[in-house]
Amino acid sequence: MTNYAYVSLIPLLPLACFVVLGLWGRKRFKTFSGIVGTGSLLASTILSFYTAYQYFFVDGKVNGVYQHIIAMKYTWLQFSPNVSIDMGIMLDPISVMMIVVVTFISLMVHVFSLGYMKGEERFATYYAFLSLFTFSMLGLVLSTNIFQIYMFWELVGVSSYLLIGYYFDKPSAVAASKKAFIVTRFADLGFLIGILILAFHAETLDISTLIERLTDHQSTQFVSITTGSLLGVSILTWGLTLVFIGGAGKSAMFPLHIWLPDAMEGPTPVSALIHAATMVVAGVYLVARLFPVYSIDGAALDIVTYVGAFSALLAAVIACTQTDIKRVLAYSTMSQIGYMMFSLGVSRYGGENGLGFMASMFHLFTHAFFKSLLFLGAGAVIHLVHSNDMKDMGGLRKFMPVTHISFLIACLAISGIPPFAGFFSKEEILTAAFDSNKLIYGVALFTSGLTAFYMFRLYFSIFWKKESHLHNAHGEGTSTMKIPLIILAVCAVIAGLLPFSNFITSDGAALETHINLVFSIAPVLLALGGILLAANLYKTENNKPEKVAAALGGFYKAAHSKFYVDEVYIFVTKKIVFNLIGRPAAWIDKNIVDGLMNLIASVTEKISELIKGLQSGKVQSYTLYFFAGIVGLAAVFIYLWK
Amino acid sequence: MNISLLVILPILTAVALLFCNGLKQVRTVSLIGATVQLALAFALLILYWNERAAGNTAQMLFESSYTWFAPLHINFHVGVDGISIAMIALTSFIVLAGVLMSWKEDRMPKEFFFLLILLSAGAYGFFISLDLFTMFFFLEVAVIPKFLLIGIWGSGKKEYSAMKLALMLMGGSALVFVGLLGLYFNTDIGGGVHSFDLLQISQMHIPVEVQKMFFPFAFAGFGIFGALFPFHTWVPDGHSSAPTAASMFLAGISMKLGGYGCLRVATYLMPDAAHAYSWIIVLLATIAIIYGAFATMMQTDLKYINAYSSVSHCGFVLLGIGMLTQTSITGAVMQMVSHGLMTALFFAAIGMIYSRTHTRMVAQLGGLLKMMPFISTVFVIAGLCSLGLPGFSGFVAEMTVFMGSWQNPDTMYRIATILACASIVVTAVYILRAVGQSVMGPVTDSHYLGLKDASWNEKFAAGLLIIGIVAIGIAPFWLNELITPATDTIMQHAVKLVTLK
Amino acid sequence: MNDIPLTHILFVSTALFFIGMYGLFTRRNMITMLMSVELILNSVNINFVAFNKYLFPDKLEGVFFSIFVVTIAAAEAAVAIAIIINLYRSHNSIDVEDAGEMKY
Repeated sequence: MTNYAYVSLIPLLPLACFVVLGLWGRKRFKTFSGIVGTGSLLASTILSFYTAYQYFFVDGKVNGVYQHIIAMKYTWLQFSPNVSIDMGIMLDPISVMMIVVVTFISLMVHVFSLGYMKGEERFATYYAFLSLFTFSMLGLVLSTNIFQIYMFWELVGVSSYLLIGYYFDKPSAVAASKKAFIVTRFADLGFLIGILILAFHAETLDISTLIERLTDHQSTQFVSITTGSLLGVSILTWGLTLVFIGGAGKSAMFPLHIWLPDAMEGPTPVSALIHAATMVVAGVYLVARLFPVYSIDGAALDIVTYVGAFSALLAAVIACTQTDIKRVLAYSTMSQIGYMMFSLGVSRYGGENGLGFMASMFHLFTHAFFKSLLFLGAGAVIHLVHSNDMKDMGGLRKFMPVTHISFLIACLAISGIPPFAGFFSKEEILTAAFDSNKLIYGVALFTSGLTAFYMFRLYFSIFWKKESHLHNAHGEGTSTMKIPLIILAVCAVIAGLLPFSNFITSDGAALETHINLVFSIAPVLLALGGILLAANLYKTENNKPEKVAAALGGFYKAAHSKFYVDEVYIFVTKKIVFNLIGRPAAWIDKNIVDGLMNLIASVTEKISELIKGLQSGKVQSYTLYFFAGIVGLAAVFIYLWK
Repeated sequence: MNISLLVILPILTAVALLFCNGLKQVRTVSLIGATVQLALAFALLILYWNERAAGNTAQMLFESSYTWFAPLHINFHVGVDGISIAMIALTSFIVLAGVLMSWKEDRMPKEFFFLLILLSAGAYGFFISLDLFTMFFFLEVAVIPKFLLIGIWGSGKKEYSAMKLALMLMGGSALVFVGLLGLYFNTDIGGGVHSFDLLQISQMHIPVEVQKMFFPFAFAGFGIFGALFPFHTWVPDGHSSAPTAASMFLAGISMKLGGYGCLRVATYLMPDAAHAYSWIIVLLATIAIIYGAFATMMQTDLKYINAYSSVSHCGFVLLGIGMLTQTSITGAVMQMVSHGLMTALFFAAIGMIYSRTHTRMVAQLGGLLKMMPFISTVFVIAGLCSLGLPGFSGFVAEMTVFMGSWQNPDTMYRIATILACASIVVTAVYILRAVGQSVMGPVTDSHYLGLKDASWNEKFAAGLLIIGIVAIGIAPFWLNELITPATDTIMQHAVKLVTLK
Repeated sequence: MNDIPLTHILFVSTALFFIGMYGLFTRRNMITMLMSVELILNSVNINFVAFNKYLFPDKLEGVFFSIFVVTIAAAEAAVAIAIIINLYRSHNSIDVEDAGEMKY
């Protein structure tokens, strides 16, 4: 067995980079900070590729099954003799896959940002935050301990907060960063309580031990967590659902998705990294991490399934109506994550039943490439046009050929056109859904048609539609911006061809999968239909989109307004929480609780007001009181105190 | 090492201050005094580790005792365990940071620094006392300087606040004293002789009825110091009127006197009563946590925001004590240390902002990050620590309290824990609102454009506190190992006397 | 000596005491008040001496005490007159009503 201790360098290099750039970046590395960040990440990337090679091809497998390898583990905080937070590194197929994805996409984003963020005043800070994010995300996926996941979970949240609010003088960016943090924090509350429940019953926080205990039907821990119930639902379901709420918050599942579109206020490369490829799939990763436990609890998995499928559909519908290109991509991300979620939900543990799990991970993998490509492409477009709105774009294909081609590839990939990456993963998801739940399959199929439609709506609106009026076109951007696009485009083409099911499955054993051509006909045709429809409506400038919108009437309007979910939230927070809880609390404190204290003080004052007349300052009245006292005491002692 | 030095040193510093003239001399002497305090605290920490590593398992180390007033058996009996050391280290950090933050206090500097140092003497004395009377004595020593610091160097309605704070804390002291006397007269060390000695009392079995009678006095009395709902209202007014260093002392040290007393005196010496009344403690603590957090959300003044959030955060201390599991008590102690550092940092940041912009109203501030990156970063770090971000001490402490609280299997206690957990969301709301408004966003006032970033002393003070916060946040195991043996003793003592439900 | 009963002497001392009291309460002049206090003290002296003589003729405590009282009365007179002089300097009056600063 190889010593995997070097894996710890993968997250620690970005951390070191964060510390160095955060402390001295502004003064010492003003212009070099990009190089420093990119260099350290390149080292991490190489290490993680090496790790993947070691793990998948050299010694990860024992008897045909990939093992969980604990590369290192240190007790970080001991709560009680058997419950502790450990910091450690666990290697298993999904964590190894994730470190490859995270370091690789992060590297692309680092390189792209060299050109995109050039000349920014807080360039060093930007790279420091990117490094912080990369560190946290790597720490998250390598966790051995559920509390370790929670810690890094919070850290990715805060790095996302810092990066969304990067343009801190823009009020909308500040509001968006705040919203992202608070909404995910709210979800994390569920996660935290879920952890408390699971940890209490499993008597451990260690993921491997927890899974072992809660899947063993004989163990006392399993008995205690399944026999106990609250409101007619077993404790296990409660725990898992609460954990899922945490995941749903991070992964922007309905109804906790409202932060994701707003998060697009951050710099575009950040959106590509955090809000497309890595952080937002943390929820999927979390469910996958605890999948053996989820798989024994049908109720929790059903929740995952329906939330995922509904989010996929809802986001796809909204995406068709948005005009901000980054928001379209954001909703598309949400929709694709919905796919991953319900694919996990319809899956079961082990063998053929685990197809959904494998499909979900596969989609996570391919999605990372084409979605970050889409975002970086959008970034390049925005860099050129200085606007996020589709209306300001059109006909850009001549100005930016590289971006155009790579964007087209990404669109084809996400739409599921063979032989691009998205086709393969989406096929597996649809197969898994078809095998277990026809309703979900229907939703997924319809959504995949919608996906093709809105992606090509985006594509045609940016690159075709009208002839461009750009006069001062300064070209496509630096080569550091183009190279990542090209690399990612290549990945978006070939990633689907990997024999993914040989490596990553629910139980670690290889799974035979094959593309059933008959089965593929329906989704591909639907996707092509979507593309043709989009081409018809948006390839040239015409008034058909307006007509369609008018024909759809209220539904279009509702979708355009994102089904008023934001308004509901604003109503709940501003009107209910602030007015009915916050204000009364502050009022009660000021007037009743503090009033009580002041009342005690003023009563004391009143009493002293009453008796202060005795202190008249007249010596003779004092003498009189004195003698009266003496007489009184004398009377008491002589007559009463016998 | 004779730990009485911890009291003698600040007193010597204070006396030396009386012979100084002018701000420069005064602050140099104070700085030297505070630095030596810090060094002493660290030396104590190291010696303590060595003793423990050498296998010394005595409950209290470095004990020494001098007769103070023989007829009543009052001794100057001092000694430390892990909890005291943690609190001493906290105090020394805050004293040094506080001195640095008052570097330019030119209004009656001698008196100002004298009172600050005197306050620290009171705090050290309190934390090392093992004699209830001595403890009470130092508790009082730590009250009076606060009154003067706020009343003379404060801002806003300072007379009102100073009076309120002093009266409420005196009220608390009175309750504490009743509780202590109640204990005293029910002890017997042979031949009808009573004792104030903490260790001796802990060996006796105080009758349950007596405990039930005097526990509320002691707990509520110390609770007033520790912002126990509904006796927390001195906190917002007191903190917001106090000068920066005094706010740091108040929130960082004084409020910890209460938590420490609740744990060391009330809970440790009267465990039966603590069990009997734990539901009330938990109830009040939960109210303080949630209600404090919501009340914070509505504040518009930065100092009020931090003061109310202190009410909420100190609720965790009392919650941890009330839950009566070993982990939760460890968490409570950690929260004391963490909150002390964090809130001192927060007040330091607010002080730096206020001294430049001359306003503390959130609505009037904006875009400070542009002109004052250092101060703004400090502010954001304090905020993030307050909302419990991993990597900072707040997270460690809160999670320990939550984990510990959850171990108490009673359903109502579970609900209290969930409510307490929910406060992290509310905390995020108010912290991010404050940060978003004041530090980020567009610059609201063109005057701000010319403002300078932190000076060396401010950087040093903030850096010191940040080091403390991050050290606990990244490596909590050392703090945990420091505290756990002590909380273990407390819990074993409680379990020995009480059969858990 | 024995023909005068103790009660007569006590009657004198009581009278003296109440005369002193009356003076103390009604006079506003501080010198007069001081004199009234002296009367009260002397009535006590008479009591001491009388009780000593009549009840415990073989002891001396009563006499001692009256000597004490005389000494203290002298000291007291000195202090009181000092106060009065100071009061006169600051208030230009020795009327007790004029010095009312020490009220609430």
